[in-house]
Amino acid sequence: MNTETRKVLLGPLFDNNPITLQILGICSALAVTSSMNTALLMSLSLTLVTAFSNMFISTVRNHTPSSIRIIVQMTIIASLVIVVDQILRAYAFDTSKRLSVFVGLIITNCIVMGRAEAFAMQNPPGISFLDGIGNGLGYSLILMSVAFVRELFGAGSLFGYPLIPLLKDGGWYVPNGLLLLPPSAFFLIGILIWVLRTKKPEQKEAAEFRIHEPAKGGYH
Amino acid sequence: MEGLLSLFVKSVFIENMALTFFLGMCTFIAISKKIETAIGLGIAVVIVQAITLPVNNIILNVFLKENALIEGVDLRFLGLISYIAIIAAIVQVLEMAMDKFAPALHQALGIFLPLITVNCAILGGTLFMVERDYTFTESVVYGFGSGFSWMLAITVLAGVRERLKYSDVPQGLQGLGIIFITVGLMSLGFMSFSGIQL
Repeated sequence: MNTETRKVLLGPLFDNNPITLQILGICSALAVTSSMNTALLMSLSLTLVTAFSNMFISTVRNHTPSSIRIIVQMTIIASLVIVVDQILRAYAFDTSKRLSVFVGLIITNCIVMGRAEAFAMQNPPGISFLDGIGNGLGYSLILMSVAFVRELFGAGSLFGYPLIPLLKDGGWYVPNGLLLLPPSAFFLIGILIWVLRTKKPEQKEAAEFRIHEPAKGGYH
Repeated sequence: MEGLLSLFVKSVFIENMALTFFLGMCTFIAISKKIETAIGLGIAVVIVQAITLPVNNIILNVFLKENALIEGVDLRFLGLISYIAIIAAIVQVLEMAMDKFAPALHQALGIFLPLITVNCAILGGTLFMVERDYTFTESVVYGFGSGFSWMLAITVLAGVRERLKYSDVPQGLQGLGIIFITVGLMSLGFMSFSGIQL
């Protein structure tokens, strides 16, 4: 694997994560993370859609007039999402019911559109495919880690298998109900961004307003 | 009539698009720095939502439902692609119509309109409408209500953020991090509506 490929594939995991740095695609990141199952299925669907839409869009990039490029991208993405939706309905009906509208919403997920516009329109198909996979993985990483915390501490289980014995089944753990509620996803992602930006201070955006430093000698 | 009113209240408070379903989050976070722009974008969302939902309802009932167009054919799998095409087309038409008949409004909302095509709240509203099998009148009310709920949420967030920029936030949490936590607290507040039975 040469450095260029590695940068495209692994860069989006930490250095240039679509969720924490580019603020793309957070809609679904919050809503489907209450259990590992739904999060895994959603990550898989999104990674595949991003990769293939990047590849197809990049294949037709030299034949698309720029005035209609958005509608061309939309059509390609929507067709791919329909395929994913039908497959999920056929083979994972229960989970697809729980994902409800969020599979359809991959169409308007900013990651897919954003990568198509920013990367696939300028680069050949092969590398665009890898870029799609990389960004999909970056999204999956956040999704899975949020879902891990939410399911483990909210319900005491992972992928539906009980790991920590709950108090109501005779164990010792009192589940934290807040983690199963939607707002906890916001807190977790906020804290995740905090950790990531403390480790990598260059990811911070410029402050709009700075608190004035107190004058030398303190507040006398 | 009573049913419609409770549907409206439900869509604004109990099932708030932004704070309960987290739809339209990208624009919600990106364009909530100032109250004026937030209100502008909010109005645009209300208008587009109130038009696209009923139109998509007609599309669903006339073309896509089983036995609707051709006897024995269920075209519902084409739903996603037709809804998004309708949304894109309506946004485009609305932009042109506004430019012609209400140039001042177009000046104010112009830059937001193209953004709305990819706002999950719009497509999400349509998909909820399909999932819950709303009738035409219900879809008009739900469209207006859910658009309004999104506008309410973004305006409130913009108000908080205008204050927030003067506060002393820990390094690293500044910017995106603290906004997420703020939205989380707002969403926690809105959860208190969820006990209301209508």
